[in-house]
Amino acid sequence: MNLEIKDLWVSIDNEMILKGVNLHVPAGQFHAIMGPNGNGKSTLVKAIAGAPEYTIERGEVLYNGVNVLELEPDERARQGLYLAFQYPVEIPGVTVANFLRLAIQARTGKEVEFMDFYKKLTRALEILDWDESWVNRYLNQGFSGGEKKRNEILQMLMLEPSFALMDETDSGLDIDALKVVAKGVNAMRSANFSALMITHYNRLLEFIVPDMVHIMVDGRIVKSGGKELAVELEANGYEPVKAMAASQPAAAF
Amino acid sequence: MPEAIEERFSDNIPDAAIAQINESYEFGWSQPENYTIKAPKGLSREVVELISKSKEEPAWMLEFRLKALDIYRSKPVPKWGADLSGLDLENIYYYIKPTDALNSRTWDDVPDDIKRTFDKLGIPESERGMLAGVGAQYESEMVYHNLKEEWEKLGVIFLSIEDGMREHPELFREHFGTVIPPEDNKFAAVNSAVWSGGSFVYVPKNVKVEVPLQTYFRINAENSGQFERTLIIIDEGAYAHYIEGCTAPSYSSDSFHSGVIEIIVKKGARMRYSTIQNWSHNVYNLVTQRAAVYEGAHMEWVDGNLGSKVTMKYPATYLLEPHARGEILSIAMATTGQHQDAGGKVVHFAPNTSSSIVSKSISKNDGRSSYRGLVKVYDGAKNAKSNVECDALLLNDDSRTDTYPYIEIEEKTASVGHEATVSKINDEQVFYLMSRGLSEEAATGLIVRGFIEPIAKELPLEYAVELNRLIELEMEGSVG
Repeated sequence: MNLEIKDLWVSIDNEMILKGVNLHVPAGQFHAIMGPNGNGKSTLVKAIAGAPEYTIERGEVLYNGVNVLELEPDERARQGLYLAFQYPVEIPGVTVANFLRLAIQARTGKEVEFMDFYKKLTRALEILDWDESWVNRYLNQGFSGGEKKRNEILQMLMLEPSFALMDETDSGLDIDALKVVAKGVNAMRSANFSALMITHYNRLLEFIVPDMVHIMVDGRIVKSGGKELAVELEANGYEPVKAMAASQPAAAF
Repeated sequence: MPEAIEERFSDNIPDAAIAQINESYEFGWSQPENYTIKAPKGLSREVVELISKSKEEPAWMLEFRLKALDIYRSKPVPKWGADLSGLDLENIYYYIKPTDALNSRTWDDVPDDIKRTFDKLGIPESERGMLAGVGAQYESEMVYHNLKEEWEKLGVIFLSIEDGMREHPELFREHFGTVIPPEDNKFAAVNSAVWSGGSFVYVPKNVKVEVPLQTYFRINAENSGQFERTLIIIDEGAYAHYIEGCTAPSYSSDSFHSGVIEIIVKKGARMRYSTIQNWSHNVYNLVTQRAAVYEGAHMEWVDGNLGSKVTMKYPATYLLEPHARGEILSIAMATTGQHQDAGGKVVHFAPNTSSSIVSKSISKNDGRSSYRGLVKVYDGAKNAKSNVECDALLLNDDSRTDTYPYIEIEEKTASVGHEATVSKINDEQVFYLMSRGLSEEAATGLIVRGFIEPIAKELPLEYAVELNRLIELEMEGSVG
């Protein structure tokens, strides 16, 4: 729902990646972050989810008023955050179905009734136009890039987070797969669900229409606007925003 | 690598050991002292005679035992494997005939810390009894009687080893000690001298026993003990699955366990032997188990080793005739203070025989898992095929794993493959699972379960569940 990032500074291996990010995603809204490679977009969403390789140097991320940076990754998930990975990880020997049940149980702290689970799963698979046999396969093992992304959305539909962090969910997808994934994300839309999407292309945003678009350069949000900003960016490339970023004085840590 | 391998690992399936008996062992369990017969500590002719007499054995068995005693004394403790220097072979009881006290343990007898762990893990009531080793899990009496009737109609024999010896003397004598003679190794010798308890199984020609034969069903029989001895004969074209029910943690103070399992799989027959051992962490567990497999027959071992202080266990399959097949699936988990030296042995004596060994080991804290395996192909075993795959998973920085693959190929047309991997719990995997709401402990546990899944899925469901539970128990407190 309501996510506020305040003056967030994050480093990895002693290199500062995020340099004072401020961003507000209100409940019910979808925001997109665009920008050139290597400028901190993925770092932002992974750091919010609690990836262990990052060090928070300063700032806070308030989710419904709670500073999630002080929580373990699983506690953040239980607060309602969900990270759709850019590169989902393979877990051999653990089936998708088994994992989903365990994850739902972990999130809700309750046993999952088999019939409820099964109904929900059937519906989610239908939305994603996916065959049931996939859930009996080992988690992400031997999945193509597109199948992994679809699996990320399947998990999201099953876990029903209130906030999705989507890290280049569209990369590596052909147009048909992109439509399916977008259908899954759009199915989540409600007043109690928000999302922050990292993408390089306006293509994704044609299917998942954002309320706002932010441009990140060198670890900062340098420009924000409506969905037309993505179109403009696609037309002009990143050079103008890079130049603009260079002209803005960087905040000192 | 130890010197003179040939005389050690490859020719002898070793085992055994002994250590000081901890009268009050780690769980503080105290056992009622109502044994009917208890031999003095140490091994002597008198002890052997006492055992034989108490079982009212035929003369040939007493001779067999006494000869085995001499063999035992003539052999040194093997030095090529796990460290057995903590064994004090003179300071243990070689024979304690329990009353049925072992079967009458109740939930109240289970140590509190174990109960707390069960609570913490949320293990359902229905499973706790079995995990704690307090009596049979199943409505066993009824089930057993129905099955027994059915088996008897088919001519299937499933008895304690003592009853087998008494009731089927010829069949018994024809096969006993033929697959693993006392000369095989020091610990097979000690077992041959003092064996007590175990099963006797015979499945007649072309009979397929669909329900697994489980030691749980063998109620009223003597419990498998320190020196259990099992003899299984699967006649031509028959099938059986035998499950050794020693998954319950053995809260015994016995610190030396040395079993012998002999299996004969005749022409065209198929046999699967599954066991998950979970001895308490003060036990030296040194077992010799071997199957003789005849033409076109198929032997499968599914072997899980979780408990004990030291385990040396290498289920062996001798492929004696053409087209015989053998498979060995081995899981070992070593945690603090444990050394699991496990694996398998396959010997190809005949053409067109095939085998595979799949071993998965998990090492936690300073636990050490070793894979030790032998693939031997004799000259003339044309087109023999064997494949070995061993994967080790390390949970901590001070965990240890070793691989000792012995491959001896005399036959040019044989094809033998060996693959080994070592991996550590991967931070990315843990983070991925945690980002879905699983705690770090649950995430690690799930990765471990996935790692052993290829073997767990070969077990009947209730055993697979139990194996996972046992691993969860061992995983307790593994993180943070």
